[in-house]
Amino acid sequence: MSDQQPILELRNVVKRYSVGRGMFAPKRPLMAVGGVSLSVPRGQVLGLVGESGCGKSTLAKMVLGLETPTEGEVLIDGRPIAQLGRLERARLVQPVFQDPYSSLNPRKTIASIVGLPLAVHGEGSAAERETRVAEMLALVGLSPRHAAAYPSQLSGGQRQRVAIARALILKPQLLICDEPTSALDVSVQAQILNLLMDLQSRLGLTSLFISHNLAVVQMLATRVAVMYLGRVVEEGPTAEVMVRAQHPYSRGLLASVLTPDPRLGLPDTRLGSVFPDPLAPPPGCAFHPRCPLVFDRCKVEAPRLRNHQGASRAACHAAERDAAAMIPA
Amino acid sequence: MSDITAPTGPKLRKKRGRILGNSGLIVAATVLGLITLMAIFAPFIAPHDPYAQTLDDRLIPPAFIDAEMADPRYLLGTDNLGRDYLSRLIYGARISLLIGLLTMLVSGVIGTVLGVAAGYFGGRVDTVVSFLITTRLSLPVVMVALAVVAVAGGSLQVVVLVLGLLLWDRFAVVMRSATMQLRNLEYVAAAQSVGCSTPRILVGEILPNLIPALVVVASYEMAQAILLEAALSFLGLGVQPPLPSWGLMVAEAKEVMLFDPWVILLPGLAICVLVLAINMLGDGIRDVTAPEGRS
Repeated sequence: MSDQQPILELRNVVKRYSVGRGMFAPKRPLMAVGGVSLSVPRGQVLGLVGESGCGKSTLAKMVLGLETPTEGEVLIDGRPIAQLGRLERARLVQPVFQDPYSSLNPRKTIASIVGLPLAVHGEGSAAERETRVAEMLALVGLSPRHAAAYPSQLSGGQRQRVAIARALILKPQLLICDEPTSALDVSVQAQILNLLMDLQSRLGLTSLFISHNLAVVQMLATRVAVMYLGRVVEEGPTAEVMVRAQHPYSRGLLASVLTPDPRLGLPDTRLGSVFPDPLAPPPGCAFHPRCPLVFDRCKVEAPRLRNHQGASRAACHAAERDAAAMIPA
Repeated sequence: MSDITAPTGPKLRKKRGRILGNSGLIVAATVLGLITLMAIFAPFIAPHDPYAQTLDDRLIPPAFIDAEMADPRYLLGTDNLGRDYLSRLIYGARISLLIGLLTMLVSGVIGTVLGVAAGYFGGRVDTVVSFLITTRLSLPVVMVALAVVAVAGGSLQVVVLVLGLLLWDRFAVVMRSATMQLRNLEYVAAAQSVGCSTPRILVGEILPNLIPALVVVASYEMAQAILLEAALSFLGLGVQPPLPSWGLMVAEAKEVMLFDPWVILLPGLAICVLVLAINMLGDGIRDVTAPEGRS
């Protein structure tokens, strides 16, 4: 296996749900994820950003094997996960979920929650598992006393540490973090992010980091993909996307970051607040009804994700036009 | 990091405090414990053979009803066939508890399996189970029980089977909705991601969180079964004489209740106390195990 092999590769992944509206009305398709191709090389962190309902979490569920893609393929370490068994898949990819209050079973002790993956995979004797759980708890910064505690006795940050310990105990190739800090207090968010960054460099983890907090993504991710209505609209190295976003939606997202200065008020993203109905997406570019740069072509033809300038890719006719104007042939 | 309580000692003590602070639970547990002990050790406790008829000693009242007529050999008097009433009440507890427990087990297993399956798998399974629940709810329990017992003949086994096959609906409804809520929680998704098999998730992650609801429904259904057995026996379609069922004793007493009302009062009171104790115990256990669910 070469080092060039991406740990996670998505090939034109589509997820359609059919939404029923009662027994007699015909079902309508809902495109949650509409053809996403991404890859994450070993040791890198791909930040996935976008507003609520854009398909980020559905994408995460497909990578975890909790949902099957309608079309396309998800490959982890070069192997299509559709062909992997339940246990094999679990060894490759593990999740850290958003809400540490619902991701830990309230009736189990911390030790049995963190040790569950080992028990399921039948690894080691009970005593060996106990030592590995203790090591894992120490690694995520919990004290051995916490092992016998129940989730209700821990704070939100401590619970999220438990969730991280559970995800890492099988030593997975890929970690899926689905908004791991958005349910936490701001002060605790920083602790969890530092822990994740620390583990990242220490264990050489590859991860997919989903968030709607751009500052968080900027801190952790090596590359960023911006999603809108089930599609990736821009993808590139973090520094480049953060500084020179090409897609108007990415720029809107960047402009939406709140500033600590109350006099500035709420930032104006120039995007309006109307999120399109995913049951009836607009024709052409799905973003055109909200786009400040919209022109005729956007209403007819859906743009494709391609490189216009620099090292990133964007799906935008305006970006293509501007790039062509800047560099005369 | 240091704000958590050391897990075992204080937690247990807290739980003990919650149990002792719940007076309803303590009273109910004591009453139920006494009735259960009484039922188990009936042959050693009962002063007389509950079936032995002494026709010379018919309808002797207990001392607290009529001190002059009372006979010290019969603490709670005798019925109209001269059988010792206390012994019959003690043996009657056996029948009530047996029917209550067995019915609860049969209906609990059926209802929980159906409800959890419907709630967890959803879709077609849910449609089928929901249809079964609706069908079951459209049948009046007493009427179906009467019809079946009339055809199959009344006996302890038939009563348990009929009630067990009729009283699972509440289990199914409650377990279904509770499971639906749990299924969408992230710890179920986490268990799936970790590689847990579906049975393992159902038993290891879902079921432990259903226990508080299960206890409440089970206690309610057990009380319900005991009441229904009494009702069926009262109508002559449940447990058959000469077995000392409390319901049957009420039925036998109704002929003489005009002049000797205590004959009907005692078994009626026994049924009332047992049912009350079971319901209070269920509520108490719910409060202690899941304080967050207290309303």
